[in-house]
Amino acid sequence: MIINPNQHIKFSSTHRLQWEEAQQKHVILYPEGMVELNQSSAEILKLCDGTRTLAEIISELEQKFATPGLTNDITAFLEVALQNGWINQN
Amino acid sequence: MAGSTKTNITPPRWLLAELTYACPLQCPYCSNPIDYANYQSELDTEDWKRILSQARKMGAVQLGFSGGEPLTRKDLTELVKHARELGYYSNLITSGYGLTEEKIIQLKEAGLDHIQVSIQASTQELNDHIAGTASFEHKKQVAHLVKKHGYPMVLCVVIHRENIHQMPEILAMAEELGADYLELANTQYYGWAHANRDLLLPTSEQFKQAEVIAQAYKEKVAGKMKIYYVVPDFYEDRPKACMNGWGTTFLTIAPDGVALPCHSARELPGLDCPNVKDYSIEEIWHESKAFNFFRGLEWMKEPCRSCDEKEKDFGGCRCQAYLLTGDMYNADPVCSKSPDHAVIQQAIDSAKASAALSAVEKPLIFRNSKNSRLMAKP
Ligand code: SF4
Ligand code: SF4
Repeated sequence: MIINPNQHIKFSSTHRLQWEEAQQKHVILYPEGMVELNQSSAEILKLCDGTRTLAEIISELEQKFATPGLTNDITAFLEVALQNGWINQN
Repeated sequence: MAGSTKTNITPPRWLLAELTYACPLQCPYCSNPIDYANYQSELDTEDWKRILSQARKMGAVQLGFSGGEPLTRKDLTELVKHARELGYYSNLITSGYGLTEEKIIQLKEAGLDHIQVSIQASTQELNDHIAGTASFEHKKQVAHLVKKHGYPMVLCVVIHRENIHQMPEILAMAEELGADYLELANTQYYGWAHANRDLLLPTSEQFKQAEVIAQAYKEKVAGKMKIYYVVPDFYEDRPKACMNGWGTTFLTIAPDGVALPCHSARELPGLDCPNVKDYSIEEIWHESKAFNFFRGLEWMKEPCRSCDEKEKDFGGCRCQAYLLTGDMYNADPVCSKSPDHAVIQQAIDSAKASAALSAVEKPLIFRNSKNSRLMAKP
């Protein structure tokens, strides 16, 4: 699935993203399931709050981590996230 | 506490809270123990809150409220609220019977994340027959309401010989109801399903046909509805990695407070499953005899002991080994390497033979207190 560059990206209302103290990591929770996230995936998803487009998320993370050239990685991850229903665009 | 403490014990991630054995339905494949009517006592609200807190502290995060019918518990909303405060993802596993819009809203406000509604068939007649209670129209309405109030909607249909021919209609019904997930759970033969196996186990032709239909539909609705297809392991030759390994991930608490490594473990002899009234979850998980019984691989006999697949499936299901071979230490007979593997084919043949008998000659045994008392071992 392709991310629409003009639309804001929002974390799914039927999933939950939360920090798990016992596991020392963020997880996505959904009906009878759980996905464990690494730190960078969690950082990306935390910005999916319905107020930013793909380009805005990328530039914000590139600034935050002072690393240019994150476009491909972030886009690829968000496409997977969209496919899995973790995020949506409407 | 009896039992030895092993090292490398992972914390529980899933807590199944069986709040009650009471249920207005009478499904003949119910996974509750046959003798459930003998366990009348139920934990009170404070007990449950303590369990939720203790398990959460250890790392449990997925929580299932189940039963019986969890809606029969008056304190359900209070428990949901407590679970939300602790940070659980709470799943309500219900027949939908008695669920009103008011209750759906109240549970949502309390922080319930998801409701799984079970439907027995795609027609009223068969649904109401299998459930032993008129419930079809109400269940469909509940499914709509669950959706309307913003919950992810999971429809669960247990598949067996009486409804497997309805596979196309079941799939269409789920789509029409707007299910986000459809769980097609081929019956697992424990508890009541074990007692009714001759009447519930489909033939291999029926099973294969249904699977083809379900898999094709999966592609049709990709991106809209997720279909989970639970295969009946009688038609497999690799055993399932039961419970993801004994005492590694799952913790079930029965209505009377008995802690179980798997929800059928009550049927196994000599485990001395501990009660949450006597011990903390931490003690139970780490130190109890029951949770250490089949933990790891040391308990195994041949052929599992020297098998190169033992880290993958942990020897399969202990309850199935016990129910079908009489020895809970045996390899799961579903495994083609098991010397008892022939019992599976015998079960399939026996089920096929009973298909020719009429309902009078061989009736389904419905799950209710009367039958439970009749069938319980003295
Ligand atoms: S399987 Fe049926 S009878 Fe058993 S608890 Fe669930 S709804 Fe009730
Ligand atoms: S012999 Fe035992 S360990 Fe090996 S595959 Fe069969 S059940 Fe699994």
